Amino acid sequence: MTCSIHISHVSKRYAASGVQALQDISFDVGHGELFGIIGPDGSGKTTLFRILATLLLADTGEVTVCGNDVQKSYKVIRNIVGYMPGRFSLYQDLTVEENIRFFATIFNTTLEEKYHLIKDIYVQLEPFKKRRAGKLSGGMKQKLALCCALIHEPQVLLLDEPTTGVDPVSRKEFWHMLDIFKKKGITILVSTPYMDEAARCDRIALMQKGKILDIDTYAGILKRHARPLLAVRASSMYRLLLDLREYDNCESCYSFGSVHHVLLKTHSADHVTELKRFLIDRGYQDSSVEDVHPDIEDVFIDLMANVA
Amino acid sequence: MEGNVAIHTHELTKRFGQFTAVDRIGFEVKRGEVFGFLGANGAGKTTAIRMLCGLLTPTSGSANVAGYDVFTQRGKIKRNIGYMSQKFSLYANLTARENMLFYGGIYGLNKHELKEKVDALIRELGVSEYMDQPVYSLPLGWKQKIAFSTAILHNPRVVFLDEPTGGVDPITRRQFWDLIRATAERDITVFVTTHYMDEAEYCDRVCVMVDGAIAALDSPSELKSHYGVNSMDGVFLQLARNAKRVE
Repeated sequence: MTCSIHISHVSKRYAASGVQALQDISFDVGHGELFGIIGPDGSGKTTLFRILATLLLADTGEVTVCGNDVQKSYKVIRNIVGYMPGRFSLYQDLTVEENIRFFATIFNTTLEEKYHLIKDIYVQLEPFKKRRAGKLSGGMKQKLALCCALIHEPQVLLLDEPTTGVDPVSRKEFWHMLDIFKKKGITILVSTPYMDEAARCDRIALMQKGKILDIDTYAGILKRHARPLLAVRASSMYRLLLDLREYDNCESCYSFGSVHHVLLKTHSADHVTELKRFLIDRGYQDSSVEDVHPDIEDVFIDLMANVA
Repeated sequence: MEGNVAIHTHELTKRFGQFTAVDRIGFEVKRGEVFGFLGANGAGKTTAIRMLCGLLTPTSGSANVAGYDVFTQRGKIKRNIGYMSQKFSLYANLTARENMLFYGGIYGLNKHELKEKVDALIRELGVSEYMDQPVYSLPLGWKQKIAFSTAILHNPRVVFLDEPTGGVDPITRRQFWDLIRATAERDITVFVTTHYMDEAEYCDRVCVMVDGAIAALDSPSELKSHYGVNSMDGVFLQLARNAKRVE
């Protein structure tokens, strides 16, 4: 059986706060696809997940999961979807094992019956299976939540910021696990504020303030928004940043790790030389300037500026 | 302690029963330095920070923060440091201005002095339009900037930032680091943790914790050349992959 997600013209406004959380959102997630929603806090990611998990109704628009309408067929959807909320929401006073058994029971199954599904993750939790969930560290809580979301053998996984606050090594391990579930044919919708994780998805949607800025493959997005960009470095990086922002041809300048990225207003054949001349005038003897390709954060910054 | 050393630790250790959370760490952080404190979840970062902030008594070793001893002068440490965590710590129903006045009052700034400081900060940050709205209604990026400003309002010698940029958008994340830099230029020492490895590059020096101990400590460029990689992400992966402790 194939299972896809269809989202069409969805809007949601919270009456109490007056916040327009989603504005006319439309996209489809194909069967077995690993689809990423990339955006900072407050971009509307969680609202969208709650609508898909049948926990919140959209004001307008149509949403179906595996062909089931989220409003009319919510009971069906709750059986085929595994949802991992961004905020840890398991029972803190139950142990690791008790939490998993509890969720298995709700879905009319047992840990033993479904053990094969969660084995890879559960072996890492097993040394702590008698520990209360509330006493686990962040990374372990995340693994337990994933086990509980998987225990009823869902066709769709909805993972809301599973890697937030998780260190880079554990984050890489987590994405490796997602690849394994994807190979098993599970459709996965995952959100993250870490833009570098976008490269791990089949397709991504960039979100900001309730709107989708763009949707495509990672490579497709980088290609479409390619603009002339220079990477600059010198010995005094903070002073360099302030100076670069005063450069006539600089549209924007931000730090990117060990270099600063300068987005140019217009580019000429010798824009590297021109910038070097400017830097020498400002007293930089040791600067390096080179053409680079934008990465996903460059694109996001550029798109944010265009929306605002 | 010398005038230009903000934090000094020697063999600093914390045990919880059989478990050694922090294992004989020793380092010095200079005045006005931006010091990055990295490590996997469970590597002992939070425990170390809690000891340095005077919130937790060490088991053994010694440490001196802003000129005061972590065993005997914890009250003085608290008055001379600022702290901001990823968990939002302002009062959501107070406005930004009310929060600043409240925290400034706690730190014993007099009313006149405090009002001047808050006004100056508002000008500096360009946040006037947000100052009189309840904090809960502000965008996350502004909340974090205001929380940071509040943490340095009393002009501490050291400010501790625990994952200050988690979840914020790429522009705000960079603006936040501009603030950090500007703060360090004012000779306030910044002790910061992050899971963004590009941010590790913005630190003067970086300390990587593995299994409760210091696995590496140097400037980002030295660390990269020592481990033969071109990013701090590469350095972190090499070090943290050897971790034995399972959280």
